[in-house]
Amino acid sequence: MTGTTHTTGPRTLYDKIFDAHVVERQPDGTCLLYIDRHLVHEVTSPQAFEGLRMAGRKVHSPERTIAVPDHNVPTTPDRVNGIENPEGRLQVAELDKNARDFGVNYYPMNDIRQGIVHIVGPEQGWTLPGMTVVCGDSHTATHGAFGALAHGIGTSEVEHVLATQTLIQKKSRNMKVEITGKLRPGVTAKDITLSIIGHTGTAGGTGYVIEYCGEAIRDLSMEGRMTVCNMAIEGGARAGLIAPDDTTFTYVKGRPHAPKGAAWEAAVAWWRTLKSDDDARWDKVVTIRAEDIAPVVTWGTSPEDVLPITAAVPAPEDFTGGKVGAARRSLDYMGLTPGTPLSDIAIDAVFIGSCTNGRIEDLRAAAEILRGRHLAAGVRGMVVPGSGLVRLQAEEEGLDKIFTDAGFEWRLAGCSMCLGMNPDQLAPGERCAATSNRNFEGRMGRGGRTHLMSPIMAAAAGVAGHLVDVREMMAQPV
Amino acid sequence: MMEKFTTLTGIAAPMPLVNIDTDMIIPKQFLKTIHRSGLGKNLFDEMRYNPDGSENPDFVLNKPAYRDAQIIVAGDNFGCGSSREHAPWALKDFGIRAVISTSFADIFYNNCFQNGILPVALPQDAVDALMRDAENGANARLTIDLENQVVIGADGTEYPFQIDPHRRHNLLNGLDDIGLTLEKAASISSYEQQAAQSRPWV
Repeated sequence: MTGTTHTTGPRTLYDKIFDAHVVERQPDGTCLLYIDRHLVHEVTSPQAFEGLRMAGRKVHSPERTIAVPDHNVPTTPDRVNGIENPEGRLQVAELDKNARDFGVNYYPMNDIRQGIVHIVGPEQGWTLPGMTVVCGDSHTATHGAFGALAHGIGTSEVEHVLATQTLIQKKSRNMKVEITGKLRPGVTAKDITLSIIGHTGTAGGTGYVIEYCGEAIRDLSMEGRMTVCNMAIEGGARAGLIAPDDTTFTYVKGRPHAPKGAAWEAAVAWWRTLKSDDDARWDKVVTIRAEDIAPVVTWGTSPEDVLPITAAVPAPEDFTGGKVGAARRSLDYMGLTPGTPLSDIAIDAVFIGSCTNGRIEDLRAAAEILRGRHLAAGVRGMVVPGSGLVRLQAEEEGLDKIFTDAGFEWRLAGCSMCLGMNPDQLAPGERCAATSNRNFEGRMGRGGRTHLMSPIMAAAAGVAGHLVDVREMMAQPV
Repeated sequence: MMEKFTTLTGIAAPMPLVNIDTDMIIPKQFLKTIHRSGLGKNLFDEMRYNPDGSENPDFVLNKPAYRDAQIIVAGDNFGCGSSREHAPWALKDFGIRAVISTSFADIFYNNCFQNGILPVALPQDAVDALMRDAENGANARLTIDLENQVVIGADGTEYPFQIDPHRRHNLLNGLDDIGLTLEKAASISSYEQQAAQSRPWV
């Protein structure tokens, strides 16, 4: 394989992908790493393109660069007429211009293939096993589901990759997270990934690249694997990885930018070697039994504030160290009283979407709960497909009808409420059951309160009007 | 050219909260800019200002003693969350040149070095001692000496810290990575030729 030097002895999947992309290695271990795919969106790229212009530099590999606006775009049908917010409009216009001037691959706002960058990349076959993938967005970890080394970078690094197609990197340590056995009914990929963060904490993965493995991971679809890897960053890890297998190859085959013919055969032959050696050395290992994972929700303002839906709101005294003060602040922000059963927490809104859970399988699962049911009185709901093609597919399957019959708004693709950089936001004090990835203070709108959960848990909460154990609803006929 | 960082002596603001995330450092409504500058006034916006736009007098950077702070001493896992480089841009624009904590989130940590900000990771007991110094405001200035890799507390106690030699070199000399990497164009091109053979589908 390419790469001038590599790790000796048994290697992890991460070691193998890293080694295959080393352009140069310094004696102190600092490496120049080649980047196969660079995804770009409107919020973290304008300053990088401006930097190139000021220095008179070109984009090194426009053919490896893929741009799509997602963070700022409104998700209402009137967006075909343009973006009302002048700053958002300017950022998207800048991306239009930069994509054109520098000749990179581009899916403009009103292209049917537009969507959240981390959904568009895999959907179009840009993301392939064994690649290095970066984007000026922390949820780039999503692409690790394909056995690609994928992580978020800042804008200065975006400029570095645009100019050189490389990144200066030091090797992270290897962490294995194994989920043994089989998930119970009502438990999903989202519950796996939230439970891991609940277990390790938001800094538990700092300095590591995580490889997720075990029977419960192997059993997941690609959509589920993307949900798991998407939140690797919430656990502090540089990246999350899942070794590619037939599930991966089946998903990738035939996508617009996937290899074809003889190239496909050669690619699969290499991809099959992309797994950790049996005797690879791990710096940290976490093992969780799938049977022990319940449907979970977050109660606080950090993704590590995870509890099974059957639990109650904790008290600050349940924690130690700096977390005591943080929990007190979280409970105050969230307006919660210790000891309250989580299933007694009433909600005002439901958000189904985001790069964590905006794929077709997520919409199918939520629709399955909502079929023949309706949002509780006073609860507003929004379904935001992750891409125009996910939306189209859902409409072909009649899912849009199920959502609208249940009282949800059926929106166009974008990041939407997940980060509220667009018109979709919570009002102060408003409480939302959300399928997104961050429950930080103000994330979905100043003063907004976010409880993270799976699509089926969010759908069930919307019907009940409060957080609820979806398994109860699954057991009841409509 | 990046601003050099050699030795800094200044006021440190105490922020003992753990998991201070990038949404707190610079909320999303300020990410709509297409420039790097001007974000300092919105640093920690939702903690710093009341909903009516007035200053929250209880927030540390609004207190007279800390308005000129150049250092933040923070709780664990500072800078977690989004990759937004607007977070270090806002810190820098406000005048913060260094952050001391037990740990930093990975992307934020990288982003600091791109902007002449030094993140210093120290053990818990050292951070606790420096937090106590920081609580004394202008009466307890801290010194961060990057050349010698040491933080000097108000009482003269020295706390050595580790830092990657490549990053230290670039920060001390104000070097920008892109210019250095472009000098390696021949290596990059040679890698690309090899990869075109071994992974032609990429």
